Amino acid sequence: MTAAIPAQAPAGDPQSAAPTAVPLLEVSGLTKHFPIGGGLLRRKAGAVQAVDDVSFSVGAGESFGLVGESGCGKSTTGRLVARLLEPSGGTIRYDGRDITHASRRQLAPLRSQIQVVFQDPYSSLNPRHTVGTIISGPMKVNGIDPPGGHRKRVQELLEIVGLNPEHYNRFPHEFSGGQRQRIGIARALAVEPRLVVADEPVSALDVSIQAQVVNLLKELQRDLGIAFVFIAHDLAVVRHFCERVAVMYLGKVVEVADRASLYTNPHHPYTHALLSAVPGERGADGARRPRVRLTGDLPSPANPPSGCRFRTRCPKAQAVCAEQEPPLVRLGAAPAPDVACHFPAPPDPTAAAGPVAAVPAGAAAP
Amino acid sequence: MSLSSPTAEAPSSASATDGSPAAAPAPGPPAGLTPMRLAWRRFRRDKAGVAAGSVVLLFFVAGLGAPLFAKLYGKDPYTTYGQNEPGLLNDYGYPIAPNGGISGEYWLGIEPGLGRDVLTQLLYGIRTSLLISLAVVAIVTVLGVVVGVTAGYLGGRTDYLAGRVIDVMLSFPSTLFFIAFTPVVTSLLTSPGEEMSPLLRGSILVMVLSAFGWAGVARLLRGQVLSLRSREFVEAARASGSPPHRIIFHELLPNLWTPILVTASLAVPAYVTTEAALSYLGVGMVEPTPDWGRMLLKGAEVYQTDITYMFVPGISMLIFVVAFNLLGDSIRDALDPKTDR
Repeated sequence: MTAAIPAQAPAGDPQSAAPTAVPLLEVSGLTKHFPIGGGLLRRKAGAVQAVDDVSFSVGAGESFGLVGESGCGKSTTGRLVARLLEPSGGTIRYDGRDITHASRRQLAPLRSQIQVVFQDPYSSLNPRHTVGTIISGPMKVNGIDPPGGHRKRVQELLEIVGLNPEHYNRFPHEFSGGQRQRIGIARALAVEPRLVVADEPVSALDVSIQAQVVNLLKELQRDLGIAFVFIAHDLAVVRHFCERVAVMYLGKVVEVADRASLYTNPHHPYTHALLSAVPGERGADGARRPRVRLTGDLPSPANPPSGCRFRTRCPKAQAVCAEQEPPLVRLGAAPAPDVACHFPAPPDPTAAAGPVAAVPAGAAAP
Repeated sequence: MSLSSPTAEAPSSASATDGSPAAAPAPGPPAGLTPMRLAWRRFRRDKAGVAAGSVVLLFFVAGLGAPLFAKLYGKDPYTTYGQNEPGLLNDYGYPIAPNGGISGEYWLGIEPGLGRDVLTQLLYGIRTSLLISLAVVAIVTVLGVVVGVTAGYLGGRTDYLAGRVIDVMLSFPSTLFFIAFTPVVTSLLTSPGEEMSPLLRGSILVMVLSAFGWAGVARLLRGQVLSLRSREFVEAARASGSPPHRIIFHELLPNLWTPILVTASLAVPAYVTTEAALSYLGVGMVEPTPDWGRMLLKGAEVYQTDITYMFVPGISMLIFVVAFNLLGDSIRDALDPKTDR
């Protein structure tokens, strides 16, 4: 079934962003287990189920958010999608092609289309290379020869991300965290990708810089029609940036919904708890959300709870939650969210109709 | 160096969007210089490094130019002047002139016993020591880098296997091994009674020293690669489709030059002393090849009467080792783009 389906979504067309279009990226049942080696004889003692049966799809030009607390597997999912890690199960289809277990050579033509922006701007740039070498690296690897030469293109890119083109010959340590992250973004843009996996691109930055970088990414997404898988733990940033959001808990997706629906009317109790933990966050009716306090610790992903993984901390948990794992199902018609819960909050008709533009643009700048 | 570039100011305009730029140094390194030229500029500003470098260079020049100097000076390291000319050595074989026979004719004196010229022996000795130690360092560094980087980058079974071999190599009592093994190799390669050429003897020394030396370099680099491999810039290179050889040579190796150069520059003086020690113990270079270790051996025999003869190779070696270590330190500083003096 590899490569049989031709590319259908036109490249760089932001109009095809509707989730109903043929997705640019389709992930189904994606699983990653890290074996726990133990003892002198290196026997396999178990596995950390970092990502377990995760499915979602991202349309061309769409920005898709992946949120959850630390250790829930969102970064691993991002790395799997970028094929920096080998999946243990499931399929990843990019543009109709199965790339789940594609080798480096098989991936070569797609490498320039999927790029990654990393979390830590201090370790994502090679300290021994100049900015020019760093940004032109992906172009050289992929055999891209821009008109006017690499240097000219790099300087264009530096200007696009808001840096001085004359900084071509500087080293990364001469820049601040925000500037370094801009360099990382320029590197990802150098090969004109169609999909960028942004792995917590702003969480290592000062709050005052976060908004600038998020706005830069948003501009790029709008102007260049790049699809984003945006990984973050900051709900406000995700709300500002993403059209659709998936909430992850302990390696599972618990809820996928449109931005408006997720933030105003969450259905999964975990989403509810996450949102109620944001100071000043208000529900659909404009009233303060009742605070949902989660008790206990995040269970170990090496030994997750039976049934629903959230049941150990869930205020709604009942006997059935320990026995049966709730599947991720759609609540109602197309715009309704997908929720994996035995007792989802009832759908709220007013929330689904709410305009997306109602989200204040400054939401990302706390 | 022509640096008329107008871009030499501190980051301006665009950096203002991110607030103040990172600790960008006020004078700022001028843009438009290659990393190597920047390193050279940093090195030139380091006075101790330049001085040490000059001393090391002097030793290299002295070694290279030894035959030429010997010609101008009119002596060679093999002729037994003390025995040929009367009036240089006394009845017991010690130099008659004070300070080991230092005179206008023999600038650093003459050797007790055989009466050879000390200065030419010292200069020719530099050739032996440097040639052997540089050869060992070259082999050890290349082997160590290849094994260490491969093990570190590939990981898994390869790493485990290489790690155990390195363990064995490092736990081996190498000095005892040299002493025991060199005569064995020597007898394997020469028929009994045949005189061995100094070249073959030197090659055996290089082989034996290299066989154990690479393990330390490999272990060091393996550790460095392990810590670099998980850095995000390596992942970024993989995400853009870089093949493994490009990641190793383009991403990892530039970050490994510092440890490689530092270990290599520290290893040169260490091997000079090891080679001298082996010669001192009688398993290295032998008569009549000029060699510092052999000179020290002779010096140890005669120091009660003629301490000068021991001082000459001893002090030379001390100066060389200190200068080379300081040079290695300065190279490290110069190659690090973060040091700004």
